[in-house]
Amino acid sequence: MKILIVGGGMGGTILANNLARRLSTELRSGKARITMLSASDRHMYQPGLLYLAVGRMTPDELYRDQRSLLEPGIEFHVDPAEEFRLDKNEVRTQGGTVHGYDVMVVATGSRPMPQEIPGLAENSEMFYTEESALKMFRSLQQFQGGRVVIAMGVPHKCPMAPLEIAFMLHDYFRNRGILDKTKIHYTYPIGRVHSLENVAKWAAPEFDRLGISYETFFNVKEVDGTTKIVKSEEGTETNYDMLITIPAHRGMEVIEKNGMGARGWIPTHRNKLNMEGRDNVFVIGDTTNIPISKAGSTAHFEAEALGENIAAMLKMGMPVREYDGKVFCFIETGNDRATYASFNYLNPPEPKAPTRAIHWFKLAYNKLYWASARGLL
Amino acid sequence: MSNRKIVDARGSFCPGPLMELIAAIKAAQIGDELEVLSSDKASANDIPEWIRKVKHEHLGTTEENGVWHVVVKKAK
Ligand SMILES: Cc1cc2nc3c(=O)[nH]c(=O)nc-3n(C[C@H](O)[C@H](O)[C@H](O)COP(=O)(O)OP(=O)(O)OC[C@H]3O[C@@H](n4cnc5c(N)ncnc54)[C@H](O)[C@@H]3O)c2cc1C
Repeated sequence: MKILIVGGGMGGTILANNLARRLSTELRSGKARITMLSASDRHMYQPGLLYLAVGRMTPDELYRDQRSLLEPGIEFHVDPAEEFRLDKNEVRTQGGTVHGYDVMVVATGSRPMPQEIPGLAENSEMFYTEESALKMFRSLQQFQGGRVVIAMGVPHKCPMAPLEIAFMLHDYFRNRGILDKTKIHYTYPIGRVHSLENVAKWAAPEFDRLGISYETFFNVKEVDGTTKIVKSEEGTETNYDMLITIPAHRGMEVIEKNGMGARGWIPTHRNKLNMEGRDNVFVIGDTTNIPISKAGSTAHFEAEALGENIAAMLKMGMPVREYDGKVFCFIETGNDRATYASFNYLNPPEPKAPTRAIHWFKLAYNKLYWASARGLL
Repeated sequence: MSNRKIVDARGSFCPGPLMELIAAIKAAQIGDELEVLSSDKASANDIPEWIRKVKHEHLGTTEENGVWHVVVKKAK
């Protein structure tokens, strides 16, 4: 069985390692082959960008060499997929190589699109790429006080990031001694401060306590950099001195170009994880159209379920598990406390009061991630 | 000509059915109809409230076996 994994991020890496362990005998005998295509020879721990933006991590801490994370036996090529020939079970890469497969898994992730909102890219700071997070930190360091507005678009990866950046900025300004000259104003697309009702119930009074003002039902329509005003689809507007944004995302362009899903979101079966209409193409991570959090933990649990299924398909001709929609997200609530949300398709999350212990666990996870990507955790 | 698109947001707690609709409506054309499926009752109230604010058109809400169907027309 030729298994082709397109994407060497969180989902692709966890899946490849999971499969390499389950199929070690088959890999040695040549009965199975695992090939991974990626766009980079480095693997980024993206949650670290949040810390980079406020000067609590440095860029080198975010990266590992991708090969060093992969089990021996996995063939790895830095050569992005360019053309998906689904009817022929093959993929052509940018470098011109054609890879055939019996089973393919697409895990190409997602990308922020600030350029889709007039005025947003030119007039805001963001932290979803290394370059933008460093630029945001430089701007923060020069900031001497004023009105900081946080505004976002949907969908975006890591639904916890809006709250986390608000709390982390609060502590950043306090530590710099400019909190009294700074006003943080948080906006959110729906009628409460977070999509998770229990998180919103806890976060709104926390915002009140910290002096963070907020406005709900606020979907960014355009930004006027001359007057420094953000306008919403709902017809309201708010002024800013510094605008921090988490823009709406799309899947990768290659997915759209190959007609595999509008805006790069591939129609995916919510339990079986196959691409709709294809039984040998699977999709995990941000690029599915499944209506759950676009988060590393989602990619992780999907990869585990799919790894078990692909191995079972090889060994006994059929899958053995269904993905149940499991997601687990930490929520940093400042410099020294955190909580978490754990849920699936049927059971909503019930986040508990933040504690120091959970914050320390998240900091530990920032290091343990590399063991998790290797499939050891 | 209108064309109805299903936004299947059953089992979505985070980001949630309204967020799924907001994302889908941005990608839709004026005049398109969207039908959101939600297993969460609160969304059946939140969605019409948002539609009123943004001035799209709410074509109706029905419930069938614990799934709410909220139909929206993109008006602008
Ligand atoms: C600031 C920030 C904070 C976050 N915090 C958290 C958090 O606390 N918890 C959490 O669970 N998640 C968090 N996330 C989200 C998490 O990082 C993503 O959801 C996760 O990485 C998605 O995994 P993926 O495998 O789908 O995509 P990615 O990890 O993005 O990997 C995509 C891979 O595809 C490759 N690729 C792209 N194009 C091609 C191509 N044409 N051919 C081949 N390969 C290609 C890329 O090189 C990359 O290796 C955060 C993200 C950000 C930006």
